[in-house]
Amino acid sequence: MSEQSVIHDIGYQRYSGVRLSRGYAARSLFEHGLRVAFGLGRSAKAKIFPWIVIGLVTLLAVVIVAVKAQTGEMMLSYQAFPSAVSTVAMVFLAVVAPELVSRDLRNQTLPLYFSRPVGRADYALAKLSALAVAVFLLLAGPQTLVFLGSAFTAPDTSGVAAEARGLLGGWVVSAAYALIFSSLSVLIASVASRRAFAAGAIVVVFMVSSGVAGLLIALGGEGPMSRIAPLFSPFLLPEGLRSWLYGTSIDVGAYGPLYGLATLLLVAGCTGLLVLRYRKVSL
Amino acid sequence: MSLIATQSLTKTYPGGVTALADLTLSVEPGVIGLVGANGAGKSTMIKTLLGLLTPTSGQVRVLGLDPVTAGEEVRSRVGYMPEHDCLPPDMIAAEFVTHMARMSGLPRTVARERASEALRHVGLYEERYRQIGGYSTGMKQRVKLAQALVHDPNLLLLDEPTNGLDPAGRDAMLTLIHRIGTEFGISVVVCSHLLGEIERICDSLIAIEGGRLLRADRIEAMTTGTDVLAIEVAEGTAELLAALAARGLAPREEGRLLLVPLADEDTYDLILRTVAELDLPLHRLDQRRHRVAELFATAPRPSLEASHV
Repeated sequence: MSEQSVIHDIGYQRYSGVRLSRGYAARSLFEHGLRVAFGLGRSAKAKIFPWIVIGLVTLLAVVIVAVKAQTGEMMLSYQAFPSAVSTVAMVFLAVVAPELVSRDLRNQTLPLYFSRPVGRADYALAKLSALAVAVFLLLAGPQTLVFLGSAFTAPDTSGVAAEARGLLGGWVVSAAYALIFSSLSVLIASVASRRAFAAGAIVVVFMVSSGVAGLLIALGGEGPMSRIAPLFSPFLLPEGLRSWLYGTSIDVGAYGPLYGLATLLLVAGCTGLLVLRYRKVSL
Repeated sequence: MSLIATQSLTKTYPGGVTALADLTLSVEPGVIGLVGANGAGKSTMIKTLLGLLTPTSGQVRVLGLDPVTAGEEVRSRVGYMPEHDCLPPDMIAAEFVTHMARMSGLPRTVARERASEALRHVGLYEERYRQIGGYSTGMKQRVKLAQALVHDPNLLLLDEPTNGLDPAGRDAMLTLIHRIGTEFGISVVVCSHLLGEIERICDSLIAIEGGRLLRADRIEAMTTGTDVLAIEVAEGTAELLAALAARGLAPREEGRLLLVPLADEDTYDLILRTVAELDLPLHRLDQRRHRVAELFATAPRPSLEASHV
């Protein structure tokens, strides 16, 4: 070994540099959560599932673009895209939401967070936003891909403008799905410390509520019940909202504003309960 | 300014259990041992100091701040190592500690640098790029310590840091804590139910029992100052006892050991000569302080274990 390559033990260095705010810590936690959602910076095993889901939705987008390029026909509109992949999105949530919150409960990592400046509400909101953004990206990413593919094959600029308007509408619907799905899923996962239980609970809640809503719709026939019942299904609530906003989905009659209100209440309610849950969590 | 000060601190849990009762104390910076049996209120005390628990009544000051009202500020200047397992097994140690540094407000690059430094200081080098799940208990304890140390706190709160470690691991951990307190210049509160274990590394001790303060003082004030030599021979303990007594050394028996008050350096020679003359196999001859435990002799015996178990 040469003389230059001696390792010097410089001893412990105190840190007098900048200490950033609580907001920075919360943003870091959000960023970390987003990476966890897609298995980034984690083992190959953790990457498999999210990327299979991403592969599926991307494949669908590619098929849409290909069909459009060949026939000029849009087999699935921007706004209908989230609904078409909603089951896949639910499965994604059932895996990722427990990954984000149940894991910290199970590993008892929460005391490490809460003994730092980052607050309990910060933690809850950072995790929720990370999941919501992950789901939004999962839905809006393929929509954007479809837009890019269509824009290149559009005959003129007005065609591109029409595609852009369609894309914006699609993003709005995707955002509604992301908020509804993730607020509900994170809340469910935050009370289960075992990931398998959390995942099961999420699937059960989504499926059972949709089953009940479906039954009510069938029983309601043409009456008002069949227009209100979709409120109780996480899969149909965003579709009702879409009908109210754009009039392009399920028949909600005059109850459109009710869907807007229900979405707002559901998201706000789940977020509130989530914050409360972490305020009460035992360390 | 005292490091930690409490005034009539009381914490009663919703179930009606009183974990801390009317605790008033004030400690100076340094390495502070917080001793008491399991359930004496040590963890409650630590969590109250962190502002994770709100006292039922009374006042707390940590680094001159009130953790109830200035919790955020206190927590940015304090590092906490919990008693229980708290690490995600599927994360790489270096990444986890970096993440925790960012949670304490360190910018990204600084967080990464200090995480490496902290892991190096606790004795993890190349292993830091491995997943925590594959670590031994001793390595996990080191990662727990590193995450508490990474943001360069002014005070470290360590809850049973030697839990689950073998004797060698315990010694290494205690030496490390002592270094942090002396070389790094960070005050440390170290919780333990083993008084004998932490009295060696502490500047002062707080002993609690059933949520009440037994005593809080600097360690010099607790020890009487006269040291003793412990001698262990494989056989002929009785013979040696008689021989030493004949030379006027006032030995007394304690289990398999003989304890001799250390008057001066000659005492060593005298003992060695006696052992040699009797031709006994000497196992051990070491100096030890008066156990602080002896000072708590008035406390109910089972409450303070002074053993090295």
